[in-house]
Amino acid sequence: MTDSTRSFKTRYTKAETQKIANSIRRQILGIAIRSGGCYLSQACSSAEIIAALYTKIMNLGPSAGNWDAIPFPGVPGPDNMDYQHGSLYNGAPAPDKDRFFVSCCHYASVIYCALAATGRINPAALDKFNVDGWNMEMIGAEHSPGFENTAGSLGQTVSIAAGTAHARKIKGETGLVYCLLGDGELQEGQTWECIQTAGHYKLDNFVVVIDANGQQVEGAIKDQMTEEPLVDRFESFGAKCVTCNGHDIDDIVKACRTGHKNRPLVVICRTHGYTGVPLLKKKWPLLHFVRISAEERPEYEKVYEELGGKC
Amino acid sequence: MKIEVNTHERCMIDFAAKHPEVLVMSADLGSSCEVKKFRATYPDRYLTMGIAEQNMCSWAAGMCREGFRPFIHTFSVFLYRRILDQLEMSVAYPNLPVVFVGFVPGITTPGGVSHQSINDVGVLRTVPNMTIFDIGDATEIEGVLNLAYEVNGPVYIRMLRKEVPRLFPADEPMQFNRARVLSEGDDILILSSSICTEEAIRATGALKAKGLSVQHMHVSTLKPFTDPAILDALKKCRYGCVTIENHYQIGGLGTAVADMIAENGLGTKLVKIGVPGYTHGASKMYLMKKYGIDAMSLVNAVESLAGKDLGITEDFLEEERFVDFLEV
Repeated sequence: MTDSTRSFKTRYTKAETQKIANSIRRQILGIAIRSGGCYLSQACSSAEIIAALYTKIMNLGPSAGNWDAIPFPGVPGPDNMDYQHGSLYNGAPAPDKDRFFVSCCHYASVIYCALAATGRINPAALDKFNVDGWNMEMIGAEHSPGFENTAGSLGQTVSIAAGTAHARKIKGETGLVYCLLGDGELQEGQTWECIQTAGHYKLDNFVVVIDANGQQVEGAIKDQMTEEPLVDRFESFGAKCVTCNGHDIDDIVKACRTGHKNRPLVVICRTHGYTGVPLLKKKWPLLHFVRISAEERPEYEKVYEELGGKC
Repeated sequence: MKIEVNTHERCMIDFAAKHPEVLVMSADLGSSCEVKKFRATYPDRYLTMGIAEQNMCSWAAGMCREGFRPFIHTFSVFLYRRILDQLEMSVAYPNLPVVFVGFVPGITTPGGVSHQSINDVGVLRTVPNMTIFDIGDATEIEGVLNLAYEVNGPVYIRMLRKEVPRLFPADEPMQFNRARVLSEGDDILILSSSICTEEAIRATGALKAKGLSVQHMHVSTLKPFTDPAILDALKKCRYGCVTIENHYQIGGLGTAVADMIAENGLGTKLVKIGVPGYTHGASKMYLMKKYGIDAMSLVNAVESLAGKDLGITEDFLEEERFVDFLEV
């Protein structure tokens, strides 16, 4: 058995997918406790979405990435184009396989945990998370496991993913292109430039999945910049748009299977940034980066142990 | 001097015929960027992206990742001011071979400050992985697409359109990172680019007639900027060097030359001729004179470096000029 096929499986039961979602939350809570802070809330809101994408929705081949974490392979340039691309962890590219773009790249820890839970990277690689000089950075880029591109500047990845979907459509490839967005990012004008263009070019191979946790750095989205009615907005820009309960695996899968002939599909997953770690509710909506103080630590450790973690 | 018309229009079609993966992307200015005929010839390879440059840039990155070679066509000014972040994060950081074909560079448009890319070279020289070509004549228009295609990474072209003079022999195409020697001498070095090269040719003729030994080189690769022939010329010019460019005085050709002088420990005196700040909407020749990037300004700079009054007047300078661009 090679590293890349280690424990690779293609069929998961709902219970198994939920178990992966739980393990994502547990591991990131553990990181947050150990390091005093993390993008914990994003794990709480997106755990089911990302677990469902990797186990039930996307058609990905086995990882073609290195089984262990690797040192940072250098920035791309004319003399460095053959570095290990993070997308290899989603499988070697093939015409019939799907592709996955993560725009909300501060969800990197969630992606790494999902890769580990689905046999795509060594779970021990998580020890290198946010460690200087390694490829498991806190905010992902081209070389980070699970990442196609460098997404830190919001609004761009959805266009890159749509351009990729357009190119694949021209080439006659059958695989789909998925792109994960946060809902705060929908305030970027480029997001809407992209949706109108994806509609214009009838990109029925393009699926945008949104973790709509209703929060952004400075507070609740509804108090910062009104976005609703999102479904109407997406539909009027040329997409098919549906909503689902982003913590219900069956609902997420069903929503992602919605027919969208001649247009892109946008799936708005309504979520909460404190699901699984209800303690976070008292900090809501200021949950962009959760800090856990020494005084708070015991109560979070208690939740961690309830989730099956060992302190 | 022969004036060529719509050279890029023809070249882009011929070039695409050789490279089936080449696409043209337009943000509603294709017909102002000489790709209207391309659209008619290759309708499936001409992607209208709407007036939405940010999305166009990132979209091009996605197409490029799948093996296509997008050539984005719009005005220069919209390719760096409006979309610098997209250009950097979607294209330059991953070193994707997207070609940005920027039209009406500098003051070659009467469209006023919003249309005039006077600091594009300065901004884009600071973008890692970026290659920059500045077109000076019809022969260079004919050569630049092939050069851009060979670059492993993103390319920005300051393209000229419509009536463009043929200053250089048609059988001597531009070369990557190599300046073109138009006159040899050792009193003064003139380095010129873009539409200023025609001005410099005119000035050089007048200066030589007054007995000055002039080395004139036309520069079309602005990044990288490591041509050893330019370094040699900087070492040998007795009075110093004058740069003249269709760009702000800061950040462009003159600044690249200043870097080269400093990095090599040369004491060469340098006069940088460029526009002194933001400009306004008017004809090209009016703007070149008003902002001092014309032959007379060059003569004055040379006289000042040489410490001589050569008695050259406007009348002395050849009056042959290429046709003004009147359209926005």
